[in-house]
Amino acid sequence: MLEMYHAFAAAWGLLIGFDPVLLGIVGLSLEVTLSAVALAALIGLPLGAIIAISRFPGRSALVLLLNAAMGLPPVVVGLAVYLLLSHAGPLGWLGLLFTPRAMIVAQTILVLPIIASLSRQAVEELWEEYSELLRSLGSSRWRAVPTLLFEGRHSLLTAGLAGFGRAIAEVGAILIVGGNIAGYTRTMTTAISLETSRGDLALALGLGIILLGLALAVNAAAFLIGSAGRKSATPG
Amino acid sequence: MKADLSILPLRLEAVSYASDGTALLQDVAFTLEAGPRTLVLGPNGAGKSLLLRLCHGLITPTSGSVTWLGPALQRAGTHQAMVFQRPVMLRRSAHGNLVHALRLAGLDASAARLRADAALDRFGLGGLAKRPARVLSGGEQQRLALARAWAVRPQMLFLDEPTASLDPAATHAVEAIVAAFHAEGVKIMMSTHDLAQARRLADEILFLYAGRLIERAPADEFFNQPRTREAQAFLRGELLW
Repeated sequence: MLEMYHAFAAAWGLLIGFDPVLLGIVGLSLEVTLSAVALAALIGLPLGAIIAISRFPGRSALVLLLNAAMGLPPVVVGLAVYLLLSHAGPLGWLGLLFTPRAMIVAQTILVLPIIASLSRQAVEELWEEYSELLRSLGSSRWRAVPTLLFEGRHSLLTAGLAGFGRAIAEVGAILIVGGNIAGYTRTMTTAISLETSRGDLALALGLGIILLGLALAVNAAAFLIGSAGRKSATPG
Repeated sequence: MKADLSILPLRLEAVSYASDGTALLQDVAFTLEAGPRTLVLGPNGAGKSLLLRLCHGLITPTSGSVTWLGPALQRAGTHQAMVFQRPVMLRRSAHGNLVHALRLAGLDASAARLRADAALDRFGLGGLAKRPARVLSGGEQQRLALARAWAVRPQMLFLDEPTASLDPAATHAVEAIVAAFHAEGVKIMMSTHDLAQARRLADEILFLYAGRLIERAPADEFFNQPRTREAQAFLRGELLW
């Protein structure tokens, strides 16, 4: 119990002190994760939608693969990206290893299957509902993609949140490709991991509490945005 | 839409449609001319909805052909519209639904907005413009679906049992709108299982039974002297399935 008390005290102390190191860590965590979610959404939303409305050989296998990839182990993704970006690797010349960009790449790979899978699922249901109407109105399949993504905006917001949740909580991938360099690639989760191994449990817990608060705040913000919009989309 | 060249007539030749080996429509052939309101009658499962979808091009026949014969046949796709039994509305405002349809029909954004306003006003829906379409009542949604069809200025309108899930007042409103379309020169092809409605609206009848077109006649003739036993039984109310 004393540990918890110290943890809250540490968290409180860090927060009210606007500790610049802490702010840097929080800022980097948000920057990396939000960039990864944005990139994954940019690729995953249309990708999922296109898979949803097209029929081609191997489609079922692709859907299965995409669903399975939602559970990709972060350390494995981290290792794969590490191998790609290391000096000897095929993309080593980019010089991205141990930079925030490498962390964004790794997290994008983790989030992409979640967003693409949920987008595929949502758009498939919407296509079922709207395909006759849209074709009657003269829409081609491809033209229907933006329409259906817009129609699915509420469930897709949830998909984005699921991706955000996975990325902000993840430590394995960014630890490997980022290296947990103080002031450069240290995030909330890698810092917690480090402080725990150093034995500073109070600081680790304090950071953990802030991380939980952050995740809660982002979800609450998305919920408020979503519920404002959802009022205009209640099924009749 | 009056000055435009016509996409009609519409000809079906030996049209059959099968799903999973079951023949749902067999050897249907007819030609529809501009003008008379064509009502498709028949018991449930006779293939009425299917026939409308084949004519509208939503479904491709397993065999046979559906051909537009008019001078504007190349633009047939944009000169027809369909209203479904259950109105299908996008998750946006009433106005937004019309704008989307008009944008798909090729109008630019400002023209689409103006035309959408006009269509909503035309059908007494102006006050509902900003309301989410899917929270409107069933009758209002069906009127909105008709406004959406009207907005794209079709030459031919397909209606698949448009009043099947509506109350009498909403049904009356839909029938009045269908009459207005007809008065503006839009060719009507509508399915119904409501005989009274068919009597009110029809100029000619296509009677389907078990996937076949077994009788086609002017409305007066069909209702007074049906030729087939099935049509006679149907008119007596004995043939519901």
